[in-house]
Amino acid sequence: MDKKTKSTLIDPLFNDNPIALQVLGICSALAVTTKMETAVVMSIALTAVTTLSNLSISLIRNKIPSSIRIIVQLTIIASLVILTDQILKAFVYDIAKQLAVFVGLIITNCIVMGRAEAFAMQNGPRLAVWDGIGNGVGYSMVLLVVAFFRELLGSGKLFGINILTPVTEGGWYTPNGLMVMSPSAFFLIGIFIWILRTYKTDQVEAE
Amino acid sequence: MAHSTPYTIFFAGAVSVVCGVLVASAAVALKPMQDANKVLDQRKQVISVAGVACAETAADPAAINACYEGNIREVVIDLKTGEPAPDINPEEFDMRRAFKDETSVEAPQNAAKVLRLPKHAKFFQVVDGETVKTLILPIQGYGLWSVLYGFLALDADADTIKGITFYEHGETPGLGGEVDNPKWKAQWPGRDAYNEQWEPAIKVIKGSAGPPAEAPHSVDGLSGATITSNGVTNLVQFWLGENGFGPYLSKFREGRS
Repeated sequence: MDKKTKSTLIDPLFNDNPIALQVLGICSALAVTTKMETAVVMSIALTAVTTLSNLSISLIRNKIPSSIRIIVQLTIIASLVILTDQILKAFVYDIAKQLAVFVGLIITNCIVMGRAEAFAMQNGPRLAVWDGIGNGVGYSMVLLVVAFFRELLGSGKLFGINILTPVTEGGWYTPNGLMVMSPSAFFLIGIFIWILRTYKTDQVEAE
Repeated sequence: MAHSTPYTIFFAGAVSVVCGVLVASAAVALKPMQDANKVLDQRKQVISVAGVACAETAADPAAINACYEGNIREVVIDLKTGEPAPDINPEEFDMRRAFKDETSVEAPQNAAKVLRLPKHAKFFQVVDGETVKTLILPIQGYGLWSVLYGFLALDADADTIKGITFYEHGETPGLGGEVDNPKWKAQWPGRDAYNEQWEPAIKVIKGSAGPPAEAPHSVDGLSGATITSNGVTNLVQFWLGENGFGPYLSKFREGRS
């Protein structure tokens, strides 16, 4: 793996994380992170969509008339999202039921569109695939960290299994109600960005 | 690089056709699996709320179907009169569609915010030979954010509750979403749906209700979810009442005594 490929794949994890640095895709990061299970499926779905959309857009990047490029990207992304939704409904029905509308909302996830426009339009298919995977995983990482804390502190569980037995089920842990509400994801993402920028000071924006 | 207008139009058309074909063929190819999943999911909910013995052990689709077919009878009735509707095949009857089709009527103003009522309704009976052991009624109504869809199981006296479950809702996870909590659902069995005048009386109260013997008509509230709790009360009472399955249930009781 040459250096360029490597940096395309690895950079979005910490150096150029779509959520932490580019602050894209926050909306779904709030919505699907109350439970690990939904966060994992969402992560896989989004990574698949970004990778495939980057690939297909990169393949036809020289053919797309620039006056309609955004709408072409959206059409391709929307088709891939519908495809993902159909596949989830056919194979993991229970989880598809919980994700419900959020899979459809991948269409509006700024990461997919952002990577298509910013990267896939300028680079070859091979690099574009790596970029899609990298950004998908970068997004997934934040999603999983947030979901881990929200499910653990909000319901005392991980993947639906009791870790901190809540008082309602005879345990000692009083679940933190704030953690299941959307604002808690803001706090957690904020803390995540804070920690990341403490180590990577070059990410701090100039004042 | 500038492209000519005809090329742009051609390109847009080509992308649409390719994407359209892709989406359409996926939807058509996967439809049978999705439909099977939906039916299976509903069957799973029905046998589990009914407390059928084989429900706990049935894990794979074949076992669930066998358990369902061995115990459950599907019944379609005329909702208003409570009379059976023999000319409708229960297997082909789609309750969701019945709420919207041309035979449905506007529902009277109600707290459960049910807007339309179907002419016919499908529900389920647990049967042992010809004896009806449990009635499983579909229920739905508005909570805080969303319509909750579920089932309420009644004993053969059409009064004692045997179970409740919600298979679809969009309430806040951890708060209103606790309607899925097995501990809370375990509150329901053994309580009475109706009071002495046969009016729907079961309700979700604020705070804790105590055992069924002391509080036959009350269920513990969900803490932090007053509006969802009230929504559950409203929708359960609606479907037990005169606009819901009330007419059928009173006929059923008469038939037994």
